[in-house]
Amino acid sequence: MNFSQRMSLATDRPVDALVRFEDVKKSYDGINFVVKDLNLDVFRGEFLTMLGPSGSGKTTTLMMLGGFEQPTLGHILLDGKPVERLPPEKRNIGFVFQNYALFPHMTVAENVAFPLRYRGITGAAAKEKVRQALGRVSLEALGDRRPAQLSGGQQQRVALARSLVFEPALVLMDEPLGALDKQLRERMQIEIKQLQTSLGITMVYVTHDQSEALTMSDRIAVFHDGRIQQLSDPETLYNAPANRFVASFIGENNSLPCTLLGWEGGLAVVRMADGTTLKAAGANVSGMGVDMSISIRPENISLAGQRPHAGFNRFSGMARDVFFLGDHMRLSIEAFGGQLVTARIPALQARHFALGTDVAFECSISECRLLEE
Amino acid sequence: MWLPSYTTPSERLMRTLVLAFAVAVLLFLIAPLFIIVPLSFSKDPFFTLPVREYSLRWYADFFGNTRWMNAIFNSAVVAVMTTVLATTLGTLAALGISRADFPARRLIMALLIAPMIVPIVIVAVGSYLFFGQFGLTNTRIGLVLAHTALATPFVVITVTATLSTYDTNLTRAALSLGASPSSAFFHVTLPNIMPGVVSGAIFAFAISFDEVVVALFMTAAEQRTLPVQMFSGIRDQINPTIMAAATLLLALSIILFTILALMTRRRVK
Repeated sequence: MNFSQRMSLATDRPVDALVRFEDVKKSYDGINFVVKDLNLDVFRGEFLTMLGPSGSGKTTTLMMLGGFEQPTLGHILLDGKPVERLPPEKRNIGFVFQNYALFPHMTVAENVAFPLRYRGITGAAAKEKVRQALGRVSLEALGDRRPAQLSGGQQQRVALARSLVFEPALVLMDEPLGALDKQLRERMQIEIKQLQTSLGITMVYVTHDQSEALTMSDRIAVFHDGRIQQLSDPETLYNAPANRFVASFIGENNSLPCTLLGWEGGLAVVRMADGTTLKAAGANVSGMGVDMSISIRPENISLAGQRPHAGFNRFSGMARDVFFLGDHMRLSIEAFGGQLVTARIPALQARHFALGTDVAFECSISECRLLEE
Repeated sequence: MWLPSYTTPSERLMRTLVLAFAVAVLLFLIAPLFIIVPLSFSKDPFFTLPVREYSLRWYADFFGNTRWMNAIFNSAVVAVMTTVLATTLGTLAALGISRADFPARRLIMALLIAPMIVPIVIVAVGSYLFFGQFGLTNTRIGLVLAHTALATPFVVITVTATLSTYDTNLTRAALSLGASPSSAFFHVTLPNIMPGVVSGAIFAFAISFDEVVVALFMTAAEQRTLPVQMFSGIRDQINPTIMAAATLLLALSIILFTILALMTRRRVK
């Protein structure tokens, strides 16, 4: 299913939202708002990631959905019913905590069976469910161990099994892979995504790791300063960031100040600090102004040929530093009157120039994006 | 011994002196043991050291005497009731003031541990005058209440210490899995803070069992506890049976604190 499509086709907000935040505000001290005017729908069966730096309000939002914090104002609807006053134990939501929160005094199997006893499932039926849940995360053999005897990755799997065993419609995860090493984290990302898809559950996932968000999500909500800066599918987020914050937070980006001169055939014409004029795509920009910037991703800058290409910006710069990174070179270029621009260039191409000389670079106009503040 | 080969002679001398001082302090602290314990096994009816002949006659006297037996029974009842009350109240208080959003937590903590700091005579006189108005002096329940006030701070402190390392996400996890707040407490929180609760309970028991000043004020002959009986024994007729009682009390304390030490060691592992 393609959720971004469903979004754009719908005229109003779709009715099958499993979770809906309506004008939610949260303040701990009554002065500063951690979450400001949050409006967000989470669709059934969707993997939605709330991405943002620490203090951006993403975890508070998740805690409000889990029932551990109450919104100061606004409503949270679960399956169409307001739940702000419903305690966590009555919400039937699976929750995976950052540090797993496995009960240290119980075995793995007892941990997984824990939610079943509050749902009247005991004896053989509970045993069978626990066996299935542990099987799903490939830990059938470790049911008798204590959490402390497991590795970080295994503990993470137990936490996952425990949050899934009672078949909740919604599972929330708070940076569940933060404590794992890179390889294990990447493997777990795929496993979690596969589980979510095969079980058809709705997942709301909080992370500050953008590559994790891009890998797993159907949609990503980028949080900053208590507000959603952009809500879209990973590709749109990466290729068409809505503002400077999103552009700098997702992936690497050169953000270069410029002045908007005018429009020419749907493209913006801008003047850079040194007077060079460039063209840029600027779908989200409305007015004219000086406080603008164009953002260019390092991988979209390449060495220019002898003749200019149509549809490409051409500029000259002086290579200051070159770093060899295996499959590519990383260049630090001084251009537009003293600004540093980072470029990623295939290792083979990079042989052809010397440090400290002026070199011509080019970049596709459609990859140069004009952004307002 | 444990000194590296490059130690100079003066450093060696320093180290030896420090060691000797530490041993002297430890010996001073346990010195009463070396007097009381041998005397309790002496056959002589007066205190002479070294002991000339050993016997268990004072222990036989202790266990054969209804006044001593009555005192030990009173002490046990008061200590058990105090332990139950102080552990329950202290644990509840610790749970409350450990919450980050609890109002005036520092002030309330200071009030809760005040009985530890206030001189014991003042607590005793205060309890005597105050409880007198309610007819609680010379009753066992009055003594239990006064001892509970003395013992609760120890429970608050040990449980608060354990709670500081308790991961509150465990409680949240239990709630998210469907447990009610009370079953989350009994099935998840309590088992994980048990070491703190048990050490608090041991402290509470030991304090009530050993306490003499408040007990002197609050009890008549029928409610006399073991320490009170010993105290009046010393005043009336000095008799080695007291040494036997003291040795038994010491043995109980050693057993309790050995349990405590073993528990702490297991937790560290």
